[in-house]
Amino acid sequence: MEYSPNLFKPVAKDIEAAEAIVRPSVTYWQDAWRRLKQNRMAMVGLWTIVVILLIAVFGPMISPYSYADQELVAQNQGPSAKYWLGTDDLGRDILTRLMYGARISLTVGVLASVLNLTVGVVYGGISGFYGGRVDNIMMRIVEILTAIPMLLYVILLMVILEPGLQNILIALGLVYWLSMARIVRGQVLSLKEQDFVLAARTIGANNWRIILRHLVPNAMGPIIVTATLNIPSAIFTEAFLSFIGLGVNAPMASWGALASDALQVFRSHPAQLFYPAVAISVTMFAFNFLGDGLRDALDPKQRK
Amino acid sequence: MRRFAAILASAVIIMVLATSAFAAPEKLARQQKMSYNVGAEPATLDPALSTGIPEAVIELSCFEGLTRMDENNIPQPAIATSWTISPDGLVYTFKLRRSSWSNGQPVTAADFEWAWKRALRPETASEYAYQLYYLKNGQAFNEGTITDENLVGVKALDQYTLQVTLEAPTPFFLQLCAFPTLMPVYRKVVEANPEGWFQNVNNYIGNGPFKITKWEHNSKIELVPNPHYWNRSAIKLTNLTFYLIDDVQTALSMFETGQLDAFDAPPAAEIDRLIQQGFLHKSPYVGTYYYMFNTTAKPVNDARVRRALAMAIDRQQLIDRVVRGGQLPALAYVPGGLPGSKAGVEFRDEGGNYFTEDVAAAKKLLAEAGYPDGKGFPTISILYNTSDNHKKIAEAIQEMWKKNLGIDVRLTNQEWQVYLDSRDALDYQVARAGWIGDYVDPNTFLDMWTSNNGNNDSGWKNAKYDELIFGAAKTTDQAKRAKMLHDAEKILMDEMVVMPIYFYVNLNVYKPTIKGVSYSPLGFVDFTNAYVIE
Amino acid sequence: MGSYILKRFVSVVLVVFVVSTATFALMRAIPGGPFRREKALPPAIQRNIEARYKLNDPLIKQYADYMKNLLKGDFGPSYKYLGRSVNDIIRDGFPVSAVLGLLAIAFAIIVGVPAGIISALNQNKWQDNVAMGIAIIGVSVPSFVMATLLMYVFAVKLRWLPAAMWGTPKHAILPMLALAAFPAAFFARLMRSSTLDVLSQDYIRTARSKGLSWTAVVYKHVLKNAILPLVTYLGPQVAAITTGSFVVENIFAIPGLGRYYVTSIYNRDYTTILGVTIFYAVLLVLLNFVVDIAYRWIDPRIKLTAAKE
Repeated sequence: MEYSPNLFKPVAKDIEAAEAIVRPSVTYWQDAWRRLKQNRMAMVGLWTIVVILLIAVFGPMISPYSYADQELVAQNQGPSAKYWLGTDDLGRDILTRLMYGARISLTVGVLASVLNLTVGVVYGGISGFYGGRVDNIMMRIVEILTAIPMLLYVILLMVILEPGLQNILIALGLVYWLSMARIVRGQVLSLKEQDFVLAARTIGANNWRIILRHLVPNAMGPIIVTATLNIPSAIFTEAFLSFIGLGVNAPMASWGALASDALQVFRSHPAQLFYPAVAISVTMFAFNFLGDGLRDALDPKQRK
Repeated sequence: MRRFAAILASAVIIMVLATSAFAAPEKLARQQKMSYNVGAEPATLDPALSTGIPEAVIELSCFEGLTRMDENNIPQPAIATSWTISPDGLVYTFKLRRSSWSNGQPVTAADFEWAWKRALRPETASEYAYQLYYLKNGQAFNEGTITDENLVGVKALDQYTLQVTLEAPTPFFLQLCAFPTLMPVYRKVVEANPEGWFQNVNNYIGNGPFKITKWEHNSKIELVPNPHYWNRSAIKLTNLTFYLIDDVQTALSMFETGQLDAFDAPPAAEIDRLIQQGFLHKSPYVGTYYYMFNTTAKPVNDARVRRALAMAIDRQQLIDRVVRGGQLPALAYVPGGLPGSKAGVEFRDEGGNYFTEDVAAAKKLLAEAGYPDGKGFPTISILYNTSDNHKKIAEAIQEMWKKNLGIDVRLTNQEWQVYLDSRDALDYQVARAGWIGDYVDPNTFLDMWTSNNGNNDSGWKNAKYDELIFGAAKTTDQAKRAKMLHDAEKILMDEMVVMPIYFYVNLNVYKPTIKGVSYSPLGFVDFTNAYVIE
Repeated sequence: MGSYILKRFVSVVLVVFVVSTATFALMRAIPGGPFRREKALPPAIQRNIEARYKLNDPLIKQYADYMKNLLKGDFGPSYKYLGRSVNDIIRDGFPVSAVLGLLAIAFAIIVGVPAGIISALNQNKWQDNVAMGIAIIGVSVPSFVMATLLMYVFAVKLRWLPAAMWGTPKHAILPMLALAAFPAAFFARLMRSSTLDVLSQDYIRTARSKGLSWTAVVYKHVLKNAILPLVTYLGPQVAAITTGSFVVENIFAIPGLGRYYVTSIYNRDYTTILGVTIFYAVLLVLLNFVVDIAYRWIDPRIKLTAAKE
């Protein structure tokens, strides 16, 4: 048997096929979303939040009452066909007030999370990554903002501005990212000394990419815990600010304000305290489920 | 079922009759100890410098003035045993009893003279120095226009005789003599440490029924009877504890767990229950809760609008459903419990009501003012200072105005001092306010609405009103004086500068075993005659 | 390290200076004053008081005088509680708040950390669900509600504990629980998350396959991994909790420092506002400093001194 060259045929140069990737290329975010969708609890959390949002937006439109309508002679009633969750101390429909309250409390909760996840994470990331003098200055600013009494500038805002939700957002905006910044900075200080950062640097990743795509995702655990647990304290801070007159005007009330009102009558009518507490708790469960799912989805170590 | 109920009812009636018929005479408890919540850490315990009720309650226990108020709020001889008043009402000569400080040293007329002059000295910087402006040259000395202490109208004629000369006849001067600012202080300890002599309980030398043994800041003050009190034998308590608790819900919990025997002003939501349980007692309180108008701001610059607003709320419902505690609907400004034209006649009973609640008439007034059915009425705002109670009342009134008059009202809640600032600057339309009398006379409510009075935050000026108030101050004839004050109140109410809402009552919670505590209509509490029964 | 400590010390002084200056400016910018009353004072009396407390000096002089005294460690006299200095107020109140706060932090760690680890080791089993459920409810109930409910249930209804006041260990239990609820929940969530993180790592599989027990794994690896955010959080938290919580101290009538952070502002008690704010700032800055030192001890790779670039 003689081998002649004509027995051989050159293989078609199908480099593209050879280089083809079996799985479609997915970006980091697409992958995260895909994995989030597979997480059942996270989806329960997400849908719960959507449902609460829908109730907050459309519920008050359907309700036959407004948050201010009073029937004084029907104060502190239990649930009935007329008032599904009963009435408060001024004879107002509790369900309607809860639905209006959701608008304020959710806005505040979402704003606090967004602030945490953007300003807090980026600020802490930069401070930790650059370290040294930059870190020293940035962290001292955090300390200064933490130490100045909030009540002082809140009263000043009250004098300068008309009351309203925007004041709450300004007041929260000044401080609600500080604890996150410190947490992220601590994590980044530690993570940046690890090998994968060196690896990223050798292949030419710039600082921003290292911070946002390598350091922050690896700190996702503490970030999500901090972000979700900051939500209720933001909601209660809003209630306090509204109580002293900075926020939304009575009779409009957030969940925190409803809880504080209900506390006045809780010995005789504990249910009034129960409703806003349940509303806040359910929302918190939803945010926590979603948060845990997000952490799993965004954590590069879990990426398969 | 009905039969059963009837039997039960008669059984209850029989039991009630039986217990009242056989009620044993009061038996003193073996332990004569009681506690009371004064409500806050005292800012000071120096009688000359203090301004608040908690401070006054403690000082009333540790000091005694020339007079002391009885349970009917009539000044009774205390350190002064008797007095004479000159026919023109200007010179009082007090005879003092032989009594001692808690360290055994004698209390003399010179102690009073020194204490009063000290309160007036500019460098003492006493806020309530004006309680002594009734003395001749008192104001001038405090303002620094005269510097010679000897010109001030108080003088110890001898060890036990005190002569007081007034600027003008002051019908309530004997009441003022029971007030903390006019209490004597022990000169030696005060001079040794003028700023903080009262901080050390060993230096807190008084001449009253009790003395302090322990002061735990923000927690409690413990007292025992003062062994040198002139009327020591009348003091039955062996221990008195003042708690310094801010939160009234906490005070209630402590009362329910037996940590506390008495406190005041329980949370509104608990009042009905406390009445049923027999713990809550009402006593008169000279005070009015009202809304005032900025008479320079549209649309409340129109008296018709102000009257319409005042007539369009249901005060009884507000009291029964929101404020609770059986306050009295106010259809006039000056509360009950103040003296009228002659002895035994109340100013309020003479004056009667100045308006009625009438929605139809209110709507008519509003239409006359140019807002038929509330149309075209600009959105106004009710200003109140941060408090759950003020908020609730404002919410209820907002809704009543909306339902009854068809007008939209907003609520503005401000921190206390911001609120005071807004009021001062006339930066509001309607503002919540309240006034508790400084002394038992209608003048304490009426003189604040004169044109240039620092407390008149309404922008309202009325020459006739000023004339009546200033005229009354110079009148010694009680009937004439009362007439002028009535006329003044009528002007105030016709113009509806303030919209009265209710007259306060004092809500006192105490255990059934506590007896003899005296609650004054000015808010003071006196434990001199308190005791505990089994 | 020596120069680092020196540099940090300089920045501590700087932070305190900025905080006190900003607070001074803010508190004088808001309406009112320490002797502002509803019943208007006659102008002469107002003048006497202002002269007495030197409130009629030009603002800049008042500021300079305050700063001079501050350098001597003198916070000045309280304008509200006559005859008491702000130093007195801090000396009386801080020990109470600190004891209560440290108890609460200790409780939060003792309960929260094991709860978080147990949750993670039993991920999605009943132990996990119960622990995390409690943690979430714990943070969803605000401290004013928590404190009131605790008092009502355990003091008023069950009569197990005194309703309020301070003095015996029994008095400390309820306020401690009210204060510990949030940090305990935070620690539990944090530990659960860190533990899960560690459990998914390859070296744990290695460690386990070598026959290392779970206890050893948890002790050696999980704690090490979780302790960094925990320590970060502890710094400001200890500063905040040991200087007292207004809500909890007010509800339980505890004579701590916490109430002054709010009441001094309502009272416009200028010296007290500044005193307690500066005291808190110093504590905060020092504790954050301790935290940074602790970082190096936890993770020796951490560099605080040199910039990366």
